[in-house]
Amino acid sequence: MTTAATPPAGAFARLRRDPAAVSSLAVLLLVALACLVGPLLTGHAYDRIYYDYPRTPPSWRAYPEPGTLGPALDRLALRMRVRAEDVSVTPEAVRLTLAADRPVDERVLGFLARSDLFGPARVLARSPDGRRLSVEAPVRRLRFLLGTDALGRDLLTRTLVAGRVSLALGLLATAVALGLGVAYGAVAGTLGGAVDAAMMRVVDILYALPFVFFVIMLVVFFGRHLGLIFLAVGAVEWLDMARIVRGEAMAIRRRDYVLAAEALGAGTPAILRRHVVPNALGPVIAFAALLVPRVILLESFLSFLGLGVQEPMTSWGVLIADGARAIESSAWMLAVPAAFLVVTLVALNLFGDRLRDALDPREA
Amino acid sequence: MIPFVLRRLVQAIPTLFLVVTLSFFLIRLAPGGPFDLERPLAPAAMETLRRVYGLDQPLVVQYGRYLAALLRGDLGPSFSVRDLSVAELLARGLPVSMTLGALALVLALGLGVALGGLAAARRGGILDHAVMTLGTLGLTVPGFVVAPLLQIAFGLALGWLPVGGWEGGDPRHLVLPVITLALPQVAVIARLTRAALIEGAGLPHRRTLRALGLPPRVIALHALRGAALPVVSYLGPAAAGLLTGSVVVETVFGLPGVGRYFVDGALNRDYTLVMGTVVLIGVFVIVLNLLVDLATAAIDPRVRQAA
Repeated sequence: MTTAATPPAGAFARLRRDPAAVSSLAVLLLVALACLVGPLLTGHAYDRIYYDYPRTPPSWRAYPEPGTLGPALDRLALRMRVRAEDVSVTPEAVRLTLAADRPVDERVLGFLARSDLFGPARVLARSPDGRRLSVEAPVRRLRFLLGTDALGRDLLTRTLVAGRVSLALGLLATAVALGLGVAYGAVAGTLGGAVDAAMMRVVDILYALPFVFFVIMLVVFFGRHLGLIFLAVGAVEWLDMARIVRGEAMAIRRRDYVLAAEALGAGTPAILRRHVVPNALGPVIAFAALLVPRVILLESFLSFLGLGVQEPMTSWGVLIADGARAIESSAWMLAVPAAFLVVTLVALNLFGDRLRDALDPREA
Repeated sequence: MIPFVLRRLVQAIPTLFLVVTLSFFLIRLAPGGPFDLERPLAPAAMETLRRVYGLDQPLVVQYGRYLAALLRGDLGPSFSVRDLSVAELLARGLPVSMTLGALALVLALGLGVALGGLAAARRGGILDHAVMTLGTLGLTVPGFVVAPLLQIAFGLALGWLPVGGWEGGDPRHLVLPVITLALPQVAVIARLTRAALIEGAGLPHRRTLRALGLPPRVIALHALRGAALPVVSYLGPAAAGLLTGSVVVETVFGLPGVGRYFVDGALNRDYTLVMGTVVLIGVFVIVLNLLVDLATAAIDPRVRQAA
């Protein structure tokens, strides 16, 4: 090779040839795409409560099941204060006659539409005295591929929406940690001397703090405001980043080209911008990739304790907490969000590991 | 040795001061108060309560009072648990958390070193791959997923073990929490041990031992001694991980430990309980890091010389 490939280019070439990296990235993109687009395709809103279908197990079947319609109609008729007669049920629609001792008010048909079982009803015929009303209502066919939760909300939709929250928060907090850590570490490493010693002493002190307990207090302090919570998490997670960047900056600082730039009259800000930060990016990217799963885990942990995301909004931690409470009766409520979380975390960790190896040619 | 310990203890003072100050103002300035109920108290009753607990004073005055009391070793009364002081509460919770943490640490060390050693001995074999896969899973599957799964399997399906509660430290109630707590640490320690053993295999002293014709058992002992260093250095972070885990484990299994007290205290704005827990844990972390440094120095002569 006549010209050395720049480190990132070489790294990407190595990464593309690594089956573990490619497959974990594919899994991640799939999860991200599913979370982004999926909720639009499931046909359910994440906060829509189907009162007729709490704790429905996962299945391909469409609900309602034929046998359940008759009794359900009887219950509805009772609430409409009519008798349901001549009921005929096809998979698509029901026909029935509403009979009463007084004329039947058509407004009671709203009961049919408001239940989760039927669509808006249509009047077919009305007896002259108005006491008998023949109506037809389409059966509303619903699928809950991964079941529903305790309130009857579609679990697949909720898990995907939760994934949006968890992934977005993971990226947001990592970005905050990245910004803070790189700026702090680069400045400390470049300036060196007493400034560096003082800045790193602060990092050492913060390092010794009982970390999780501070995050919990920050969450309480910010009153469960989502964005602020993750600003807080990012603000706590930047310490490792600062240490890594400082080490890199100190090494880069001694390189000949930096000394040359200095001799040519470049000031410290210019050296930071042109030389230190771009050259320290490799290890930083690798570390950031491994920080994302840590933050997602932390968010789930907080939400699990009831300190994170609040109803009706949801995250994987919230869903896992709900599932853990319902584990005896409805194990899928735990299994579904836990599977999404674990798959995402494994893929993120694997990808981060491979990225780190690829960016560090000494390891390869 | 003694000057080193003293210097480290002096260095711990600003850290502890920062811990106390930060947490005091964070929890005090958080919205809500310890006497917020579903139905608000009568203004007069609220006023009396606030005066009794000194909450009507300016925050800086309260801070000064808290620091003064803390120096005398007084953690104050609890706001949410009536008639008990924070010190009494922590004295109840500490044995629970310490038992769990110590058992989990012992289990993690024993199992982790054993698994890591096995994996290194059979490097590249099925056993090695199994241990490494287990390690990845142990690191990524969070405790709050593992715990309910264990409860289902051993508590409900098999009926071997209780699913929660403390019952005065009955060993049967300890099994599942300790396993949950130890699992991620087992994973890390196994990985560390394996890496250190493999790295140490090529070192000159090991070649010499083999050339001298010593039995494998003796060589293994020397190898483990070399591998002890990264494992011992990891004990600090491991303890931090156990602290974090204890919050989850104590919640899931309903154990009355310090982690539970902290979360409940933060939720109920029990100011003194939160502060007391943080101070206790801060001291614990500092002492533990010191012990780890001393142990590292005891194992590795190079560290002794540097210090």
